[in-house]
Amino acid sequence: MKQFLQGIKDGSAIGIGYFSVSFTFGLAAVSSGLCWWQALLVSMVNMTSAGQFAGITVMASVGSYLEMAVSQFVINLRYALMSISLSQKVDSRFRAGRKFILGFANTDEIFAVAMSREGEVGSRYFAGLALLPYLGWSLGTLAGAVCGNILPKRLGDALGLAIYGMFTAIVVPAMKKDSRILKMVILAVLLSCCIYYIPIFQNISEGFSIIICAVAASAAGAAFFPMEENEHQEET
Amino acid sequence: MKPGNFWIYLLVMFGVTYLIRVVPFVIFRKKIENKYVRSFLAYIPYTVLGAMTFPAALYATGSLATAIAGLAAAFAAAYRGKGLFTVAVCASAAAFIAGLAL
Repeated sequence: MKQFLQGIKDGSAIGIGYFSVSFTFGLAAVSSGLCWWQALLVSMVNMTSAGQFAGITVMASVGSYLEMAVSQFVINLRYALMSISLSQKVDSRFRAGRKFILGFANTDEIFAVAMSREGEVGSRYFAGLALLPYLGWSLGTLAGAVCGNILPKRLGDALGLAIYGMFTAIVVPAMKKDSRILKMVILAVLLSCCIYYIPIFQNISEGFSIIICAVAASAAGAAFFPMEENEHQEET
Repeated sequence: MKPGNFWIYLLVMFGVTYLIRVVPFVIFRKKIENKYVRSFLAYIPYTVLGAMTFPAALYATGSLATAIAGLAAAFAAAYRGKGLFTVAVCASAAAFIAGLAL
């Protein structure tokens, strides 16, 4: 129970952050033609920002189911890497049955917070950590879908930056603490900018670009600055 | 959109996203011993977030100037060790204020 409550406490900030981010998703979903309950369902069964934004784009353009599947696969492939990382971090009592349920909630931010915890991660802690983000993500979508159109445009635009603020809050402290992480994040950012701005890479989708950059930078980090056993778990 | 289509789209989205997350989580049971693989996985969260933020964040507000103002505020707050929510609010608030000033 103590672990669960600690998880809830650690997840509260993510939950509030998710509310504001999914609010913008709810806005976008309704303006692309979905009903409020459809937007809510999409958030409740996916809980992923980039994938959902891509998903409503496919729905709005009446794309094929294959296009939907491929876009989700490419954009969300990073979660496979994260789930492998997380599988190395959880304790031995985190059994398969719980993994089938809780693995669903392995989002970028929940993953990052779980990984930055000292020592191993238990299923109770992880369940607590995931609870408020899930509620925030669902309720924020509902709020955005129902009352989004009364929001001033300037405020909506500014809210679009909230998710990147959260990313910054996770990455900057780690970069400050460890110069190797600093170097590899800068490398990933440079690669990402190259793919975005250099015309020959124009056909690479955003999701695929994230995978290329993260894999290349992490591989460079592992090759040139390998971390010692368990080192990264304590220092972040 | 035809009414029936939504459910198939939803099912495809859910199925792909769920399996990508859960299958690797369930099948990797042993600790990976290889130092290089472990290091690679340790770098992943930060490089993913870095690549997701830039350059996409610069275009998140519809104005380069307000996005830069918001990101600068977020960096300053994160550098001082503020939590996720505080940093996210700083980013949005700075972008909003910059938008009013422009």
